[in-house]
Amino acid sequence: MCVADTARDVSGNAHCKSKEAEIKRINKELANIRSKFKGDKALDGYSKKKYVCKLLFIFLLGHDIDFGHMEAVNLLSSNRYTEKQIGYLFISVLVNSNSELIRLINNAIKNDLASRNPTFMGLALHCIANVGSREMAEAFAGEIPKILVAGDTMDSVKQSAALCLLRLYRTSPDLVPMGDWTSRVVHLLNDQHLGVVTAATSLITTLAQKNPEEFKTSVSLAVSRLSRIVTSASTDLQDYTYYFVPAPWLSVKLLRLLQCYPPPDPAVRGRLTECLETILNKAQEPPKSKKVQHSNAKNAVLFEAISLIIHHDSEPNLLVRACNQLGQFLQHRETNLRYLALESMCTLASSEFSHEAVKTHIETVINALKTERDVSVRQRAVDLLYAMCDRSNAQQIVAEMLNYLETADYSIREEIVLKVAILAEKYAVDYTWYVDTILNLIRIAGDYVSEEVWYRVIQIVINRDDVQGYAAKTVFEALQAPACHENLVKVGGYILGEFGNLIAGDPRSSPLIQFNLLHSKFHLCSVPTRALLLSTYIKFVNLFPEIKTTIQDVLRSDSQLKNADVELQQRAVEYLRLSTIASTDILATVLEEMPPFPERESSILAKLKKKKGPSTVTDLEETKKERSADMNGGTEPAPVNASAVSTPSPSADLLGLGTGPPPNAAPAPASSGSLLVDVFSEPASAVTQLAPGSQENFASPDLASSELVSEEPSEAARGADELTHKFVCKNNGVLFENQLLQIGLKSEFRQNLGRMFIFYGNKTSTQFLTFTPTLICSDELQSNLNLQTKPVDPTVDGGAQVQQVVNIECISDFTEAPVLNIQFRYGGTFQNVSVKLPITLNKFFQPTEMASQDFFQRWKQLSNPQQEVQNIFKAKHPMDPEITKAKIIGFGSALLEEVDPNPANFVGAGIIHTRTAQIGCLLRLEPNLQAQMYRLTLRTSKETVSQRLCELLSEQF
Amino acid sequence: QKSTRRVNASEDTQQQIIRETFHLVSKRDENVCNFLEGGLLIGGSDNKLIYRHYATLYFVFCVDSSESELGILDLIQVFVETLDKCFENVCELDLIFHVDKVHNILAEMVMGGMVLETNMNEIVTQIDAQNKLEKSEAGLAGAPARAVSAVKNMNLPEIPRNINIGDISIKVPNLPSFK
Repeated sequence: MCVADTARDVSGNAHCKSKEAEIKRINKELANIRSKFKGDKALDGYSKKKYVCKLLFIFLLGHDIDFGHMEAVNLLSSNRYTEKQIGYLFISVLVNSNSELIRLINNAIKNDLASRNPTFMGLALHCIANVGSREMAEAFAGEIPKILVAGDTMDSVKQSAALCLLRLYRTSPDLVPMGDWTSRVVHLLNDQHLGVVTAATSLITTLAQKNPEEFKTSVSLAVSRLSRIVTSASTDLQDYTYYFVPAPWLSVKLLRLLQCYPPPDPAVRGRLTECLETILNKAQEPPKSKKVQHSNAKNAVLFEAISLIIHHDSEPNLLVRACNQLGQFLQHRETNLRYLALESMCTLASSEFSHEAVKTHIETVINALKTERDVSVRQRAVDLLYAMCDRSNAQQIVAEMLNYLETADYSIREEIVLKVAILAEKYAVDYTWYVDTILNLIRIAGDYVSEEVWYRVIQIVINRDDVQGYAAKTVFEALQAPACHENLVKVGGYILGEFGNLIAGDPRSSPLIQFNLLHSKFHLCSVPTRALLLSTYIKFVNLFPEIKTTIQDVLRSDSQLKNADVELQQRAVEYLRLSTIASTDILATVLEEMPPFPERESSILAKLKKKKGPSTVTDLEETKKERSADMNGGTEPAPVNASAVSTPSPSADLLGLGTGPPPNAAPAPASSGSLLVDVFSEPASAVTQLAPGSQENFASPDLASSELVSEEPSEAARGADELTHKFVCKNNGVLFENQLLQIGLKSEFRQNLGRMFIFYGNKTSTQFLTFTPTLICSDELQSNLNLQTKPVDPTVDGGAQVQQVVNIECISDFTEAPVLNIQFRYGGTFQNVSVKLPITLNKFFQPTEMASQDFFQRWKQLSNPQQEVQNIFKAKHPMDPEITKAKIIGFGSALLEEVDPNPANFVGAGIIHTRTAQIGCLLRLEPNLQAQMYRLTLRTSKETVSQRLCELLSEQF
Repeated sequence: QKSTRRVNASEDTQQQIIRETFHLVSKRDENVCNFLEGGLLIGGSDNKLIYRHYATLYFVFCVDSSESELGILDLIQVFVETLDKCFENVCELDLIFHVDKVHNILAEMVMGGMVLETNMNEIVTQIDAQNKLEKSEAGLAGAPARAVSAVKNMNLPEIPRNINIGDISIKVPNLPSFK
């Protein structure tokens, strides 16, 4: 009872009013103990124990202890339980794993493990598990499995040994050898003692995650154990029945273990399904006890069962029941259950089968966001809204999240901001909505809007010319507010600098008013923002020559030219100089509109991933990606491999910070310097290298302005998808055209092979230099599609046409399209064009004629749900049956007449040839003239093929 | 990787964690949920604080995703019920004056951060066995120990109203009753 003693001694200090008095008291006690340890060599076991215990207590009060370790180690070799126990306790709490004493400690542990005294063995195993260091793993990882599976080991020791091994495996998996003990551990699942089974299940669950093969046999054992527990009466398991629930912890553990494996074989599966159904049924029974413990335990098992159902994702019936059950919990009066229901629904939302079912609860979830008093629950609600968001409800969800943001807890604001930004971008149909949303974000929670978010809005505005005018107008209006967030000033400055001219026609936003508005914010901003505004001003000089003098005056003022900040000073000096000496032409080149940014993964998404840990977000994102395969390009994997494309100007990397340090950051003097570099580096190369050329080039009549040229690629990129659709049903045509360049195509396909002729026509009278077309395939695409071509001549004379042949082989079915990237130098400017090459899966179709009977027989054979893909969509073109027929034939399949009983329907059949397989495809298109809709059904022997063909064909009508 | 580890007065020395945890937990309302999202402090978002509130005491567990949340709530209940059995109507003072015993009980349930035993009778049996051992040894050397064991009751009136252990302030206005 020495702790009571110690506590009284030491906690006398609790009487002490002041901290100093407490420290004084403790120091006195420490000095006393130290002298005892040093002075009297023959300290008996009891006193040693007493003092070690006091030290422990003082340590737990929050004071440092730097002696007594040796005495504690001595206690380990005592034969008295109490002394040994205090020794182990001290060591578990106070010895850090790389202590020099570890050898001595290990020795004592070894002796106790060999002692066959279950109490001592228990203490030793506890100590190993608590310290869990590498040295201990080295010393005991081989020994513990033997103890675990030995026939004569006591149950309590077995339990400890199982968890001890688990601990060592977690800290140093490499040191735990797999061996024949593993199969014997699996058989512990059949043990009489439920405590042993529980501990063994924990161990097996962790081991099975890394070595699934080795522990495969545990599945059937776990299922039968679970089924015995679930079906037992509540009194059968006696001590392990907790408030009328039989062995809840073990059930949870077993359900967890099963989540390491895919659904088991049919025989076992039936039994498992029965178990899960029983658990779900029990949830509906009236409770056996009013105590909260009863419902807690019952629901713990239920939630775990639901997790397993979601994990297997294979029994639609169970999934629907799970979803309904969770729906009930969403409205439960117990907060814990609402919390857990929201959490489980989040995973459920990413399952194909139940996404729609989850969506029906949207009102409840939004309500939770508004009314829950608990931040933990609200956070879950936000997560769930994010998970259930798709195109149909994006506007509602984003609006609700924005609403919530105004009152949200500070701790989760940044995350919400990121989520809103991602959803707004991903599901934007109307980009004015996107711009509004982001500006609202900045208005509501400016401080939590990270750089990535406002970089991204600028990227998108620059890449989409349909929204630029609106963006300029909106930021201009937003800036009118007397107090606006600095992030808004940044976005406003950038956008007006690029696109201010689009709203300058309105006298309310004339150039001078725009300038004055921005400049009125200047003095309130931090240095990086001011630097950005200075760049905006020099861009204004180019956009609005009429206010040049006003701007020069500002640049010339002492507060700029002699600014203490080097960066600002340098910009002011250089911009002033530039505006004075450069001719309008040079200004126009130097300050031309930013070229579009290459598409890449959204840096916001990368940030969210980093914030939430990779596992959670990626899973969600990947499943969402699959679902929204044809949505906005922005968040999808970049069609152009970023590293393979040399961007037209280094500035393009300015905004892509998520993917790595921008290459142009290195020479930049200050952290904010990259903007400066982007303005200057481009003209530097253009002007110095090809100055004469560029002069000539501006004089050439067929070129209105250089701005026009650099806008071209953005248009092309936007139109790329449309173009690919155009080529789905035909093989020849013009792929791309702008003022400079025309690209034409001719192609032919036979079985899994094809050949494509690409014609590049120079529409100008000037040579193209360093003309280099490159074919870019993602890694995945490369393994499915083999493209071979020869390089073309790097110079293309004015008015000339060059031809390139691409040989194509389809290895396996694919979804992406390769990208054709063309770079060349025209006059002074560098041109970069990217278009998708219309090589689509349906090109490898071979039509098959068959009779009605054959068709329906095959149709029935392909009745597996994965083999069928259906799409119902609105007609985009007039519903002319002749055109439709032509398109189906153009698509590549045979058009089968008089097969479908309804003559209005279209039916087709064919075989997709790839090197690895031939895939039979059947399709059926049912027009509905009243509703102006189509229903398209594809059945093929391969899921991905059905999916892709359905996507391609849906775009045609 | 710890799965369950008691961050309570008796075990963890990282005062910062304790202070922060106490701060987070104590200001929460009565009928909110018993789970708290983990901050960086407790090792990232994979970890959660799961707590239960008994009269004037909070029992807080920090748990990673390998445990069922409700399961841990029940584990806390088992822990408290076991304490109650072992101490015969447990009160805060028992927990303060018998840190080692509390630790032993916890050690029977949780080991190296993993749930070891959940059956209360099993736990109590183990603890009883230990007590017997202790007593038999105390017979040899323990006269003084027996004397102090009475301290708790004797000293009650003088015991301060506020005892600070590891910054979780435990108030002792009236001896508590467990729900």
